[in-house]
Amino acid sequence: MSNVGIVIVSHSPKIAEGAADMVRQMVGEAVPLAWTGGDVDGGLGTNVAGILEAIETAWSPAGVAILVDLGGAETNSEMAVEMLPEDRRARVLVCNAPVVEGAVIAATESSGGSSLAAVKRSAEEFYA
Amino acid sequence: MSLDRVARERLVRALACSVIEHADELTSLDQAIGDGDHGLNMKRGFEAVLAALPGLADKSLPDMLKAIGMTLVMKVGGASGPLVGTFFMELGKSLPEQPSRSDLVAATDKAIEAVKARGRSEAGQKTLLDVLVPVHAILAGGGDAKAIAAEAVQAADRTTPMLAIRGRASFLGERSIGHMDPGSRSASLLIGAAVEILEFEVNP
Repeated sequence: MSNVGIVIVSHSPKIAEGAADMVRQMVGEAVPLAWTGGDVDGGLGTNVAGILEAIETAWSPAGVAILVDLGGAETNSEMAVEMLPEDRRARVLVCNAPVVEGAVIAATESSGGSSLAAVKRSAEEFYA
Repeated sequence: MSLDRVARERLVRALACSVIEHADELTSLDQAIGDGDHGLNMKRGFEAVLAALPGLADKSLPDMLKAIGMTLVMKVGGASGPLVGTFFMELGKSLPEQPSRSDLVAATDKAIEAVKARGRSEAGQKTLLDVLVPVHAILAGGGDAKAIAAEAVQAADRTTPMLAIRGRASFLGERSIGHMDPGSRSASLLIGAAVEILEFEVNP
């Protein structure tokens, strides 16, 4: 599959999973999708290992767009991107968009075969 | 500054204990203006660092600092993980095995720049940078251990009247005024613990 992958990162696993459910309902299996949420002990928070694993799961040669909720999710996602192998790093972007709405919009854009840059732009422009 | 294996282990224990022993205080500071997880998150991270002893102290100083940073990045879970973890990793990248004081000044400067980039932040926004930046100035100006430790405490205190511009506390706007920044407090604790072990000379 060469559509852009979508990764959803929330402090709450329930929000991440629920947002992923909404994305699936919208685009079915047309888009690689993964979610992660919670700290390493299962409490509210985010963790770099979980984000790296989600990027791997949703990996696509077209790249991966990450949707995040609050500050720590963004900081941890940026950290995870830097820890990727160099050839993958430039193909993963963190979107500055609301996590639920952004994920659905990004996935919809991706399902039409758009580029990573276009997917990010759609997610970010919708509420701008 | 020469840190043998015993001193490296003492340093790691002192850093970890300074945070772990104050976890409840950090949590209550964070409950006032954040999401209340700073103490727990930092405690989890530094417990993982302690668990890596004694092997951690077998490493050279630069490798040990990089390993501490990576552990914090992977275990802390909040934004503090990447921020504090980046600081340690960057120190590890820049310091030689037997650093002089001027090596430490240069490496700390680089580490602070990396934290600024990671958090897209500057001093004055009620974050750990409000401790790191003024303490670095004392270090660069030749201050001794006592002066550095005192500045770390005072700098954290000075975040109390600040308006938060970055981090979760910024959501509160003016209600963030009147509470000490939890990240500044933990940075201050770590610096206090470090200088006690390192016992800086006034001149290199």
